[in-house]
Amino acid sequence: MSKIPRVKVREQDPKVRAANFEEVSFGYNSEEAILEASRCLNCKKPLCVQGCPVNINIPAFIAEVAKGEFAEAAKIISEDSSLPAVCGRVCPQETQCEGKCILGVKFEPVAIGKLERFVADWSADNGIQFSEKAAPNSHKVAIVGSGPSGLACASDLAKWGYDVTIFEALHRPGGVLEYGIPEFRLPKDKVVAREIENLKNLGVKIETNVVIGRTLSVDQLFEKEGFEALFIGSGAGLPKFMGIPGENLNGVVSANEFLTRNNLMKAFRSDYDTPIYVGKKVAVVGGGNVAMDAARTALRLGADVTIVYRRTEKELPARVEEVHHAREEGVKFEMLTNPIEVVSNGEGWVKGLTCIKMELGEPDSSGRRRPVPVEGSDFFIEADVVIMSLGTSPNPLISSTTPGLDIDKRGCIIADESGVTSREAIFAGGDIVTGAATVILAMGAGRKAAKAIDEYIKSK
Amino acid sequence: MYEILDKRELNPLITLMDVYAPRVAAAAEPGQFLIVIPDEKGERIPLTICDYDSQKGVITIVTQKVGLSSKKICNKSKGESFDQVVGPLGHPSDFIHLSDEELKGKRFLFVAGGLGTAPVYPQVKWLHNHGSRVDVIIGAKSSELLIFEEEMRAVCDNLYITTDDGSAGAKGLVTDMVHKLIAEGKEYDSAVAIGPMIMMKFVTLAMKQYNIPLIVSLNTLMVDGTGMCGACRVTVGGKVRFACVEGPEFDAYQVDFDEALNRQRMYASVERESDHKCNLRG
Repeated sequence: MSKIPRVKVREQDPKVRAANFEEVSFGYNSEEAILEASRCLNCKKPLCVQGCPVNINIPAFIAEVAKGEFAEAAKIISEDSSLPAVCGRVCPQETQCEGKCILGVKFEPVAIGKLERFVADWSADNGIQFSEKAAPNSHKVAIVGSGPSGLACASDLAKWGYDVTIFEALHRPGGVLEYGIPEFRLPKDKVVAREIENLKNLGVKIETNVVIGRTLSVDQLFEKEGFEALFIGSGAGLPKFMGIPGENLNGVVSANEFLTRNNLMKAFRSDYDTPIYVGKKVAVVGGGNVAMDAARTALRLGADVTIVYRRTEKELPARVEEVHHAREEGVKFEMLTNPIEVVSNGEGWVKGLTCIKMELGEPDSSGRRRPVPVEGSDFFIEADVVIMSLGTSPNPLISSTTPGLDIDKRGCIIADESGVTSREAIFAGGDIVTGAATVILAMGAGRKAAKAIDEYIKSK
Repeated sequence: MYEILDKRELNPLITLMDVYAPRVAAAAEPGQFLIVIPDEKGERIPLTICDYDSQKGVITIVTQKVGLSSKKICNKSKGESFDQVVGPLGHPSDFIHLSDEELKGKRFLFVAGGLGTAPVYPQVKWLHNHGSRVDVIIGAKSSELLIFEEEMRAVCDNLYITTDDGSAGAKGLVTDMVHKLIAEGKEYDSAVAIGPMIMMKFVTLAMKQYNIPLIVSLNTLMVDGTGMCGACRVTVGGKVRFACVEGPEFDAYQVDFDEALNRQRMYASVERESDHKCNLRG
């Protein structure tokens, strides 16, 4: 079986897609999916399942795909994942399920992510739904934030009969799936809106434009709105900046701002009002998935784009596939480079970055070799837009307005593995607990918290 | 949801609207703002909350036609709805945390410029209802652009009007009036200035010599308004602060106004409008 090479997924030509916001990958068709599925060895002790943060029964669903039983495959996935069309697209499979695939030792691993995506899209296209749910138990649970952790938590609780309401601060649900990840990686109408529709079909209520900590406090949710338990999945928060001179010049934006303008507010479409300033030469500072998204978005809006990263390609935190796609599309990389000043054009706007070359020293706490500046290596990179993509720090809105909710030094809510916080009836998970991480880890946290909430309410 | 229950043209440029937004009305306090999206394809526009009635679920907003989006808001008719309204956002004014004892007899000076009169009104009203003594200076280009004169007179101790052309009140700038009042021997424990950024800058420069604590409310650019995008960042006391979650009110003497003024212009060249003539600072 393993002699069959991994089935390549068809993609938009890099030159063509560099000028549009259509999805990069076309995904497998039925024949391709069946062929790829036939490569799975169906291991007795499947390591891929261990590599999956939500422990999807991967060999079982792949076996159904191999037989052409796609609806069965979808059913198996749905037992453990509420967002397969999303995860099939944005999970870092190479370090999770596929990273553990035994085929990967000698050959290439099974394309588990692409198969998951195929099954999710196929069942959505064919109107297949898994909305079996227990009889309503009339217990009210509130979820704060409609990102991956909140959606996953809501989905499980709704299936178990809970009366679930999600409160979302923005005007559209989805959290980072909506404002952060661009259309070309995760189509909004085709994928995100559909997943949210599924959730509504389970009876989950979503109330947008409610900022918990401002519109309603956590305590009001209990006292005035009658919720018995609460899950906080409010996400990553405030963008970080470098703290170097010139960062507040016009033309310097956070990746969050750039992406929110483009994704949530649809600035890339001429029929929407929100302005976006793209410039001619864009420097993106950072090396994560968000940096790749910002760079590829700026490229599609017509700019010449360079990613500035202080370590080497090997240490880039972004997914390999995203780096590869960015490079194919024409994004340039300045590795081992760190900005030390944003330079003004004298009229309040950025004209470029003064950078310093770095070399790798001893490993730091993250295990990666620490970048060290090379004395006297200053050089100038021209840019009329600089996008800072350095991560985020937790939003203080909820923690500062909720007495008794403990936070750590960084400002993240302290919660254990199952989402239990320092306050009774309040659970938390996702980026607000861990700091910025991935969609699938947030989803996993949401599901664990759902279980803990179920146990908590039953024990009362 | 978000229906416009009443609409009044305060002058050719400025429109007042009562909007049904019960959750915002129930939570609003002086000093806070909200975000309106006029229609499905509209921008998120931050506006100060001018009044609120939690019983009726109504908030009052005042909008000045400046660009495409503010025109969209002003052009909505009574009975129509906004696509979205979210709020209240930002911290309430610090004085709401004072005890009734502390508020009683405390002397405030408010300096309002143009549209800034709208957010000043709920603050003055609140303080008036809590027994503080409040003087208000309203500055406008001309009598035609004055708003909230009568409403303000009803809730403050002394109202002083200045206009650039002398068509109402004293001819001159709000800063002239500040100096005049202090020269006359008026004493204040605290002051608040709200208006165009350039006005707040000059009020701050003018007041510095008098040793009166001064608060300004910064009308920065924003996208989400909930602490996610960083478009609203300002330098206060040498530190980068986010006006949406840490403001909008800051200690005036710590604000880097020149940077804030520059940052307000960031999208001027790419805003999707062609006929924008700014009447705020002529």
